[in-house]
Amino acid sequence: MSLLQIENLSLSIHGAEILKQVSLSIDPGQIVAVTGESGSGKSMTALAVMQLLPNGAQAQGAIRLEGQDLLNRPEGEMCALRGAAVGMVFQEPMTALNPVKTIGDQVMETILIHNAMPRPQALARTQEVLTRVGLPPDRFPLSRYPHELSGGQRQRVVIAMAIALRPKLLIADEPTTALDVTTQAQILDLLKGLVREYSMGLLMITHDLAVVADMADQIVVMRRGEVVESGATTHLLRNMQHPYTRMLFEASGHQVSLPRAADPRPLLEVTEVTRDYRLPRKGLFGTPGHHRAVDGVSFALNKGERLGLVGESGCGKSTLTRAILGLEEVQSGDIRLDGQPVFAGHRPNLAVRRKMQVVFQDPYGSFNPRHRVARLITEPFHLLETPPAGSERQDRIAEMLTAVGLSPDDAGKYIHEFSGGQRQRIAIARALIIRPELILFDEAVSALDVSVRAQILDLLAELCATYDLTYLFISHDLRVVRTITDRVMVMQAGRIVEQGETEQVFANPQHPYTQTLIEAAPVLPDIGVNVA
Amino acid sequence: MPNVASMLRYALKRLISLLISLAVASVVIFAVIEVAPGDPASFMLGVNAQEDTLAALRAELGLDVSKAQRYFNWVGGMLMGDFGTSYTYRTPVSQMIADRLWVSLPLALYALTLSTLIAFPAGIYAAARRGKPGDLTVMGATQLGIAVPNFWFAMMLVLIFAINLRWFNAGGFAGWDQGLWIGLHSLTLPSIALALPQAAILARVMRSSLLDILGEDFMRTARAKGLSRRQALWRHGVRNALIPVLTIIGLQFSFLLAGSIIIEQVFYLPGLGRLVFQAISARDLIVVESVVMLLVFAVITVNFLVDLAYAAVDPRLRSRT
Repeated sequence: MSLLQIENLSLSIHGAEILKQVSLSIDPGQIVAVTGESGSGKSMTALAVMQLLPNGAQAQGAIRLEGQDLLNRPEGEMCALRGAAVGMVFQEPMTALNPVKTIGDQVMETILIHNAMPRPQALARTQEVLTRVGLPPDRFPLSRYPHELSGGQRQRVVIAMAIALRPKLLIADEPTTALDVTTQAQILDLLKGLVREYSMGLLMITHDLAVVADMADQIVVMRRGEVVESGATTHLLRNMQHPYTRMLFEASGHQVSLPRAADPRPLLEVTEVTRDYRLPRKGLFGTPGHHRAVDGVSFALNKGERLGLVGESGCGKSTLTRAILGLEEVQSGDIRLDGQPVFAGHRPNLAVRRKMQVVFQDPYGSFNPRHRVARLITEPFHLLETPPAGSERQDRIAEMLTAVGLSPDDAGKYIHEFSGGQRQRIAIARALIIRPELILFDEAVSALDVSVRAQILDLLAELCATYDLTYLFISHDLRVVRTITDRVMVMQAGRIVEQGETEQVFANPQHPYTQTLIEAAPVLPDIGVNVA
Repeated sequence: MPNVASMLRYALKRLISLLISLAVASVVIFAVIEVAPGDPASFMLGVNAQEDTLAALRAELGLDVSKAQRYFNWVGGMLMGDFGTSYTYRTPVSQMIADRLWVSLPLALYALTLSTLIAFPAGIYAAARRGKPGDLTVMGATQLGIAVPNFWFAMMLVLIFAINLRWFNAGGFAGWDQGLWIGLHSLTLPSIALALPQAAILARVMRSSLLDILGEDFMRTARAKGLSRRQALWRHGVRNALIPVLTIIGLQFSFLLAGSIIIEQVFYLPGLGRLVFQAISARDLIVVESVVMLLVFAVITVNFLVDLAYAAVDPRLRSRT
């Protein structure tokens, strides 16, 4: 008998159909990965097992845990099951823990709420389980608060909470999506180890096919609320039947070919840049400490060159980006674009500012929802001394929207009428409209689904050919950086530890940190891509 | 315990900022009131007063020295508990304020306690039943509580409980020497009248703050652990929702201490609000200055206490500067 059996599960929320006839099963000790793009219903499937669906949800079909139906269980019995028989780990470790309670209290709560054991034993179990997930109490006392831990450590606490009572089934919803690659590798190892040790079933929800291929015994591919293909991992990867599955794999490993960069004249010159942040004073009269976010960074970016910047969170990527954009003054060093400094005196140099534009990660938060597209993409015009007006302005808007694959008619629409991918196209149009010398892409494709990401990468390659773009592409995603840049820099703790031709750095990394990064990044199996 | 140490360090920092605020406030109050046109001496003696009589009165009131000297006399006196002598009543200001404070302070605390006791359950109840009839009822009631002025509540309370039912006196303050119970009894109706609008505001803040928290990821984590909706609300929701509520409570206390002048008038209570009102009409600057300084002191102290409460509720604030 399977541990978890989902049969023909259909789900609607306020009448909208979310899941259609979803079936899957998990055996003890087995890892089943549910994958698909956003809106495919993979998270809703997980929440349906927990019976933590949003208000207005109506489910049909059957979900059975060890033969016992879950769908029609009364809420009181579900409470007794959640946390005890089924544990769950969520995507966002930064917000998944209560900020005002200690980690010890939060882990112990799982044990106490189910009256599993008296308090002294519960405390011992809490220490034991935190040690198991890699947070031994001698180094991470139970009295720590979540804000005193890093993202990876917080995810370990969430996992400890979920496994404290040794549940038979663990559900992990994008457990490593918000984490750095090296941390991701550790958390995935931890999950695998726990599954083996406790013979748990693991239902893993993830959009990352490389993670899926690496972890899962069984794969379930979903699209728009339906299972399009499922089977044992190696078998499914060798014989992909459904075109959607093939498309997903293709898009995940999507390659673009960039045109040759023409003119090797230096455009951006960063020399010995250092940026310190003041830390809070230790004592009342103590001198405040400093955190060196960027430490003696030097590099040059040639005109027409596509440069990548990779590194984990906190390595100083964002600080460096802000310094280049002239949003923050640096303590020492020099940043020049076309020979002019980005900071003139203590003020941002406007002449330089109008030669740079930026595209941010979040296609939802970076637009004013009350403005029409025409106004949104012409925002950079205010940097110009004589902004185009009248028909010239209209022409520029139409040209840019066409260039990024939208229609000139879209100029009259509001941003909420567009999907995430379309919004990122609009962001690119906004950056391009004043023909900047340099564009900074700050994690610009990280929030997009793989198929949309592939399209945006194609668009960038196309624009490189048409407009001879020079850009700095900042990302934590090594696969993307590898295909979209000519040269790459690896940043660690504020320093550039390695830089060189992208292909060379990836094929033959010299610095140990680069080696660690590349090793930790999950790799797509070749088999799938070859079939397609 | 690192938590106690960080809490103490935080408290010390806030205390220093409190003292600086007080010093700045005293200069500003003195400057504004002393610079304002109008000579108390000529006001007291009338327009036809002789110049030498005026000079004598100014000397008696301590108005004949330099402004800086007067500031230091004033501040120094306050630190020793001497607030000077009222220009109009010729009695020590400290005595006048103390008498009034014995009415206003208990009244404010009483009203605040009532308002919190009403608002917390109402807000939590409404948040837990969002969109359901219980929520709508509470929201409707709070809308009414905010819209209706408190003196109307006061008159209704007098009409029902004093005139018809005769449970309370219609006004006046019995004094604390009659016993705690009698004193509280005579402050009950005014406290209710003051508390109702405040409770309505507080309940709405509590509800919306709690609703924000209910949407947080950690509430879902709590449910995934096996907590029921209600357990998650109480164990993880309420404490996180308290920060904005504490801010409002702090503001309300400051308001209640001096802002209850209309209610004091309706119930014939000898409180601070009426004292300030009378002192301003009589140009009794020394009284105005002292009461305003006292209120500033109260507001800053309450803010200090609210800051401490924040840190007690949220450990993240202790480690920050």
